[in-house]
Amino acid sequence: MFIIGELINGMYANIGRAIREKNKDEIKRCAVAQISAGADALDVNCGPDSRNPISDIQWLIQVIQEVTDKPLCIDSSKPQVIKSGLEVIKNKVIINSTTADLEKLDILVPLAKKYNAKLIGLTISAKGIPQNKDQRLELAATIVASCSEQGFPIEDLYLDPIVLPVNVAQAQMRDILEVINEFKIISEPSPKSIVGLSNVSQGACNRSLINRTFLTMAIAFGLDAAILDPLDKDLLDASITAELILNKQIYCGSYLEAYRKLL
Amino acid sequence: MTVLEKWTGKVNTVTIGATKAQGGGRSSVIKVGGEESLPFLFQEGAIANKPVIAYEIWDIAPVDWPRELIEPYGDVLNDSLEWAQKCVREYKAEMLCVRLQGAHPDFGNKSAEEEAEFISRLLKTVEVPLIIVGSQDDDKDNLVLPACCEVSRGERCLIGSASTDNYKTLAVSALADGHNIIAESPIDINIAKQLNILISDMGLGLDRIVMNPTIGALGYGLEYAYSIMERGRLAALSGDKAVASPFICFVAQETWKTKEARVTQQEFPSWGSESERGIIWEIVTATALLQAGADILVMRHPKAIEKIDKYIDELMDSG
Repeated sequence: MFIIGELINGMYANIGRAIREKNKDEIKRCAVAQISAGADALDVNCGPDSRNPISDIQWLIQVIQEVTDKPLCIDSSKPQVIKSGLEVIKNKVIINSTTADLEKLDILVPLAKKYNAKLIGLTISAKGIPQNKDQRLELAATIVASCSEQGFPIEDLYLDPIVLPVNVAQAQMRDILEVINEFKIISEPSPKSIVGLSNVSQGACNRSLINRTFLTMAIAFGLDAAILDPLDKDLLDASITAELILNKQIYCGSYLEAYRKLL
Repeated sequence: MTVLEKWTGKVNTVTIGATKAQGGGRSSVIKVGGEESLPFLFQEGAIANKPVIAYEIWDIAPVDWPRELIEPYGDVLNDSLEWAQKCVREYKAEMLCVRLQGAHPDFGNKSAEEEAEFISRLLKTVEVPLIIVGSQDDDKDNLVLPACCEVSRGERCLIGSASTDNYKTLAVSALADGHNIIAESPIDINIAKQLNILISDMGLGLDRIVMNPTIGALGYGLEYAYSIMERGRLAALSGDKAVASPFICFVAQETWKTKEARVTQQEFPSWGSESERGIIWEIVTATALLQAGADILVMRHPKAIEKIDKYIDELMDSG
């Protein structure tokens, strides 16, 4: 499971304040804590309140690169913010994200190619959020086709089925899980799958429990990556154990420790 | 169309032996492991180091070896240093594996000091890298092996064997004296992984561990050992670093205790001449283990070793 830590996001009070005050230590501390906990990559998002995301994203990336060489996931709905982030990237990079809208695909796919980046494609378009599995697959196919036409390697594409909060879209949960599996048959080589996990429990009680239950189910459906809170130890334990049950690592008494220490 | 696997993991490289410049006294060093694909599948990934054969010698005259095995060595079996020299000079052994059987309470009960003295002399007699294994009596080995580690400090030997019930003493010694360690598990990849973690938790890096998965000879669980090694290697190449250690296989030890390698033609006329049967048994067992991912083969019969040496060269040339 490829784990992308979600905590460097301006919508969190501590990070928002750190961006405003240009407090490097707070950002570095947050980066190191997530990596120590098991994150394979870090999401970087200036948050909705950033007055100047084009420069803030560069500042964030430069600060984080002082403490880690793990891949960074430049997170913005605005292509010009992503472009700005890419200009200062040294680490490996993931673009988060394009939608299935052609005007975005035509900007972001070439950028991903240019910077040798992986690309997250949300199965969403200007028409709105998909309401069922077929709509998700259709949007996924649009993204795959565009990547393919532009010569972007499909195995570097991560499709996101758009996880909706369980308390508003309970009827869609099964579709969301099933489509993770069906993404794989869109093309050969297969695109990968990713979810922004925390959304599933937005506004609900028992958030941590809902998150880790959804994650283990999604892993069983073939999920490759997730953006999540790596400091939630129970969540990571559940993820590691789900992969153990799927025979993705060899069991031993210290398998949790082995995963954390060696992967 | 050939479908090629893309592996993300790699077997650790373990370096055995140290030259004078490196603080030891060996004329060469041997690197094992480092594979980036399944055995000899060169198209899927690099095979950095070829599998290596270690000649097995003992600190005492061998006990219970059949005639076929004694014959090529002859009298030198009564003098371990001469035995070692014969392996290196006559048979061009690249590495020796010395078994301190004489330390066992039932086989002479040699003291730690005696064995340390023997290792010290052996290191002066031959210049090839050494594997040193105990007598398989844990209590005694915990006295003998640390003494042997100490006299061979800096020689970067491979010392064994550690098990989940008995690894701390040996790990501490290997760490203190700069050696590598053999981690032995009973044909069980879960235990093999656990032991690697336990040893690395003591500070001995995974690049200093060689796994002995325990094998059976042809007809005695070979396919079971094969499947365990294959499973471990597939996991290693898929990124499970805790099982990404090179394998050592004690081929001869298992082969030469089988009935098929030992009984005479007189007893089993249809089995053919015993002068070839044991050698063939050792060869066939070794070839299968090479395909399972063996990095070090510990062998005895010079003819079997000659054949396997050639087989390894041919396989490596195919890449």
